[in-house]
Amino acid sequence: MTPTTSAADTAPKTYAWEIRASGLRVRVGRKKMAVDGLDLSLGIGTHGLLGPNGAGKTTLIRTLATVLRPTEGELEMLGTCVGATVDHRALRRRIGCLPQDFGYYKRFTVREFVEYMAWLKEVPKAAIPGAVQRAVERVGLADRADHRMKTLSGGMVRRAGIAQAIVNDPAVLLLDEPTVGLDPAQRLRFRELLQELGRDTCVVVSTHLVEDVAAACSDVVLFADGRLVFQGTPDDLAAAGGPDHPGDSPLERGYSALLQGSEQPGGTW
Amino acid sequence: MSGEHSSMRLLDDYARGDTEMAADAVWALEAHLETCAMCRSRLAASVATEVPGIATLLDTVRAGLEPQLDAAVRTPSRRHRPRWLSAWLTPAMAPWLAMTVVVTLMALLLDSLARPTFFGDTSPVLAIAPVLPLCGVAASWSRGLDPAHELTASTARAGLPLLLRRTTAVLVVVLPGLLVGGWLTGTMTAAQWLLPSLAFTSTALALGSVVGVTRAAIGLAVAWGVVVAPAWVTGHVPLALRIVLQPDQLPVWGLLLALGIGAVIARRNAYSTL
Repeated sequence: MTPTTSAADTAPKTYAWEIRASGLRVRVGRKKMAVDGLDLSLGIGTHGLLGPNGAGKTTLIRTLATVLRPTEGELEMLGTCVGATVDHRALRRRIGCLPQDFGYYKRFTVREFVEYMAWLKEVPKAAIPGAVQRAVERVGLADRADHRMKTLSGGMVRRAGIAQAIVNDPAVLLLDEPTVGLDPAQRLRFRELLQELGRDTCVVVSTHLVEDVAAACSDVVLFADGRLVFQGTPDDLAAAGGPDHPGDSPLERGYSALLQGSEQPGGTW
Repeated sequence: MSGEHSSMRLLDDYARGDTEMAADAVWALEAHLETCAMCRSRLAASVATEVPGIATLLDTVRAGLEPQLDAAVRTPSRRHRPRWLSAWLTPAMAPWLAMTVVVTLMALLLDSLARPTFFGDTSPVLAIAPVLPLCGVAASWSRGLDPAHELTASTARAGLPLLLRRTTAVLVVVLPGLLVGGWLTGTMTAAQWLLPSLAFTSTALALGSVVGVTRAAIGLAVAWGVVVAPAWVTGHVPLALRIVLQPDQLPVWGLLLALGIGAVIARRNAYSTL
């Protein structure tokens, strides 16, 4: 079967970056600015979003998924300005998103779940069964496709979540902590999938596992206290660290070297 | 028409797997074969006459595979719910709708048993009917009640169209129950409760664009409860309630409904990032 191409796939690209933010600020709750003046440009490729707990990674991902509205600043995705009173429908069709903690209907089978998500993402009705089968096969759940979600293990649920994120062949794929709960073999397979997707998609993977970034990402974005600390290749990140910085691998040493400047006054943790 | 179809000589060469064929010719021929059923059938005929070896090979392979192909029965997919159902309802809404139906039945029971002592001359169904759809509406777009809300929120359909679908589903379940109940007991006309409940629903949706649908629905239900509760406690219906439920107040409810719908339309884009 030949993959279907839509007009959106063949239309000329009229933007330089899939994701472009300038001076982006996002408020969470009443006072906390979780993203505080971010300037970021991301194109095709797999981008690892690294940062300590509470750095604002999840808020950034949710803002990119158009769930949260930017409080201030500019955010442009796929050439469309994400603002207060714009209809995001056309943009959302081309975004895939896997939230950190996602709920699901326990009585749905994997296929029903992914089908339902494909319907919500406005995948054309005729293309849904094929797209669902492809997505389920890509994450290796084809043999469990007709099992109910509640019978799956944690890692399988996570893979079902990845399947629903890629079911609409998104141009921007946002994954928040996708490797949590995957065993080492699945993690390796997942990294391959990430590299494969990163060839024609702008993939943003939020993680705090440095080794995931080293293995699968073409680009690292280091994020702390809602601000961009560093953007470059994994090699650049490794080069930033010296032998006296804490860490077990060059990447970890680079990570701690770059974060030293923005250390929070919160004790040793 | 030979200009638009491949020549027989080319097809024969291709069928024989002729190594002399230029790569670009093979490419062009295959591209053409993919889209042209006529040339494919000519190729099939050419394979049968030119290279009978391939045809027999295919037959042998097929004969070898046939027992396995027969044995492989596609596992029946365990589909419990029709696909259209999840387009209108979420499983999270089901218990709330069930509760609404139970409440309706209870009120009808109360209506036929003990109406005079509790409510004066106002039917209890009439008193709760305006806010009955709100339970379902509250569950239709709720972060706390719907487990899949986080996933749904970032999809293309999220927003007013999906909310309206789910609200329609709630009304389709709730209103017929009330209609039948009112008709059976004969204590109220449809107009007396239909407009108020529609007005409450549209107001909940309109307020929902500001404070969230769940909060708006619960707030309205509680506000109505505060108005109705004194009647329950004292057994005597306050004048205000008596007045708002009179049939001649319908234009007011109609106005509220129109205002609610107007507000929803005016704020239609606000629903996509609730």
